[in-house]
Amino acid sequence: MKAFSGTTGLILNEPLLWERGLKGRCAFSFPEDDVDSSPLDPELASGGPDFPDLSEVDVVRHYTRLSQWNFGVDTGMYPLGSCTMKYNPKINEKMAGLKGLAGAHPLLAGYLSQGALKMMFELEGLLTEITGMDAATLQPAAGAHGELTGMLVIHAYHQSRGSVRTKIIVPDTAHGTNPASAALCGYQPVSVASSEQGILSPEAIAAVMDEDTAGIMVTNPNTLGLFEENIRQIAGIVHEKGGQVYCDGANMNAVMGIVSMGAMGVDVLHLNLHKTFSTPHGCGGPGSGPVCVREHLARFLPVPRVIEKNGVYALSEDCPESIGKLHAFYGNFGVMVKAYSYIRTMGADGLKKASQFAVLNANYIKERLKGVFHLPYDRPCMHECVFSDKIQSAGKITTLDMAKRLMDYGFHPPTIYFPLVVHGALMIEPTETESMENIDLFIEALKSIAREAEENPELLRQAPHKPKVTRLDEVAAARKPQLAG
Amino acid sequence: MRYLPHTPDDIAAMLQVAGVGNLEDLFSTIPLNCRRKKDLNLPEPLTEWELKAHMNALSDSMAVAPDYQVYMGAGSYEHFIPETVPSLIGRSEFVTAYTPYQPEISQGTLQAIYEYQTLTARLLGMEAANASIYDGASALAEALLMAVRITRRKKVALSRLIHPMYRRVVRTYLEPGGHEIVELPYLEDGRTDLSPLDAIDDLAAVAVQSPNFFGCIEDLKTAATRIHGQGGLMIAAFTEPLAFGILKNPGDQGADIACGEGQSLGIPQAFGGPALGMFASRMKYVRSMPGRLVGKTLDREGRKGFVLTLATREQHIRREKATSNICTNNTLCALAAAVYMASLGGTGIHKLAAMNRNKAEYLKKALKEAGFAVCFQAPTFNEFVVKFPAGFEKTYLRLMDQKIVAGLALAPYYPELSEHYLLCVTETKTRQDLDALVKEVSK
Repeated sequence: MKAFSGTTGLILNEPLLWERGLKGRCAFSFPEDDVDSSPLDPELASGGPDFPDLSEVDVVRHYTRLSQWNFGVDTGMYPLGSCTMKYNPKINEKMAGLKGLAGAHPLLAGYLSQGALKMMFELEGLLTEITGMDAATLQPAAGAHGELTGMLVIHAYHQSRGSVRTKIIVPDTAHGTNPASAALCGYQPVSVASSEQGILSPEAIAAVMDEDTAGIMVTNPNTLGLFEENIRQIAGIVHEKGGQVYCDGANMNAVMGIVSMGAMGVDVLHLNLHKTFSTPHGCGGPGSGPVCVREHLARFLPVPRVIEKNGVYALSEDCPESIGKLHAFYGNFGVMVKAYSYIRTMGADGLKKASQFAVLNANYIKERLKGVFHLPYDRPCMHECVFSDKIQSAGKITTLDMAKRLMDYGFHPPTIYFPLVVHGALMIEPTETESMENIDLFIEALKSIAREAEENPELLRQAPHKPKVTRLDEVAAARKPQLAG
Repeated sequence: MRYLPHTPDDIAAMLQVAGVGNLEDLFSTIPLNCRRKKDLNLPEPLTEWELKAHMNALSDSMAVAPDYQVYMGAGSYEHFIPETVPSLIGRSEFVTAYTPYQPEISQGTLQAIYEYQTLTARLLGMEAANASIYDGASALAEALLMAVRITRRKKVALSRLIHPMYRRVVRTYLEPGGHEIVELPYLEDGRTDLSPLDAIDDLAAVAVQSPNFFGCIEDLKTAATRIHGQGGLMIAAFTEPLAFGILKNPGDQGADIACGEGQSLGIPQAFGGPALGMFASRMKYVRSMPGRLVGKTLDREGRKGFVLTLATREQHIRREKATSNICTNNTLCALAAAVYMASLGGTGIHKLAAMNRNKAEYLKKALKEAGFAVCFQAPTFNEFVVKFPAGFEKTYLRLMDQKIVAGLALAPYYPELSEHYLLCVTETKTRQDLDALVKEVSK
């Protein structure tokens, strides 16, 4: 057994930006001021903002030290459930930084921007093939933005049929963004409980689906890491009442090359390029949330659409039934470049293997930790597995305590307290890019923590011990918010 | 495949633990009728070296500086980006981390966002700024929805001189919820006509962009006084935040919410994204604000630290009653803006903004002297509108062949403005460039 990575080291303190520097310094290389000055009317003018003046060395040290207080996928295993923290290939960053792609103005004439348009057109095609859908838009800037786009498409579809619907079915295992996105379209979410098997039953859907209901927002595989086995029947029930099936594709990483979302009965699907297609998460974004639809909904997709005619690519606004625009330009183009590079590198076989290994890794963890932690749904899982705090809570140890202790061993904690249907949930998504030996270490760390919970519970309650700071007072932060210095 | 570490022995050992015979059997819970019938039909995988060649070819087909001289702004601005910005935000610990849900091992992100919030609040003259929205357009839509929540009114007024694409995004966001949108016309001097406001009741907010789409600096103060008199909120939008290096900021002029696009602050144009939705407001409205917020606090040992805070506004707790559905935002772009603002400093941003204004004024004056009509008389920042003689389109295309993009034709966005072009000048253009442009358009 290899040693755990978690250790302490020299961690440097770093003050706030404005506690550094001296008036008159500057870290910017100014071009020559080669024209006359044209001062503004004093009524309009100001002396500029109160920013600290720093040298280039000040700036570089500041952010380098800050970066060292962070944990990323490149630091170590980051099994944050539902977020697919897989390795982000270096080459893809370089490709997005190529001069012609990073430096392009979005309103360039079509014949001056063929490369960008071609890449977007091809990426749409790759995504529709991977999902088994018919058309795609790349415009949404993140998953929740994709959900909103999908809901707007469904809203426009019903409107085009003269049908006014007010509700939408959202299972209790849904991401919090689902009800919030639906609410923006004026839909009232109707919550449906999952069954004892952790999946939706056709009966539960039939009981709430009616002609006032726009459709269902389902996540498949769901947030318990389980495949919704009744999805075809559920889709049938929803379609029979004129509804549409929306699938949150956050968990697409489990089923690439295996499942066809179209065959599953899905009408609208969003993807997260920053999850499934390896673009990095950047401390919280930018992401990209393309939306794929079946043929009957293509006419409602956002404008402009990327079109091709005789090998020439163009942007088209000629879509009278479109829901409109979601982004000032075309979405997070730079993120698309990285996802495109990833798909072109992986190919069909590589993507299918990625899903197979993601599922293999999750099942391996599930089997090896079953019994150490309570497994509420003991069935084959997809790309993630969810444990509860049932065993450890008997000794008054919380999921939070265990998560914090995991940091001391050198791992990012899993997603905790989600999904809400599992008490004190620990939602573990290892992804395919973790090797067996990394996973074995992670398992050993969790086993060791389970032992510590019994033998030395205080060690967990005081955890973490090794990071720069220990647990922070979140209550005080919210009671009297200090949001700027 | 170099990203997949599994050896055949690993796979065999792991399958045994998982209790299945082969990789296909891991998917036994998926009904046959949900499965693909055929393998994925994708292009053959590329090696790292083939990918580079392929992407370089795509990149080479694009018209960008320094081969091209682009005088187009309109919400996407070409500025010099100091090497500090890509180098520092390109550090793996920033690039490959996610939302700082676990603050103990995310203090770098959290302090950096806290500093971004602070610099943004100072730039815009506001008390609180969030960790980012997707872009300027979605930031404006969110600002209007926030005003609707605060005032409990459903009607909003938008200046017609707000970026046309932002106004379209606002429609997409607001119309399905039954909100009413009124547009305010513009005056002869290139600023918003506020006079219709008196006749509109029950406005949640009025939104005015400054500098506006024509580059003109608006009278935000008068707009704020008027809307406040009617019990609504003043929203100041922007596409070019560098302007606040020399202009009075939105807060000083009475804005309640300031929002817009931050791409100018060290973020590459990247064909329109990812960019940065900047969003700030008065402290009294912060609990109605969309998006993530970082706050300062103490750890158990009394050491200073930072956490995500006021999460009870957010979708993962409030679900359908959240202040927004936003989850993943554009934090790394916010970080780029913070490094950029730190690299310039207060002295530098003032100097750079003045340089942008000076160079644009130089071109404006030179075009005027060459006999072209500068249509709007209100003062401008780094963009302005010129009316070229009928048939200029031919000259525009000739210049394009000479690798000069002579601004943006306004007619597709403002049908009444045929032959009008929006030109943009930043610090990236030299006097020589500008002289050459004047000479070429005069031919």
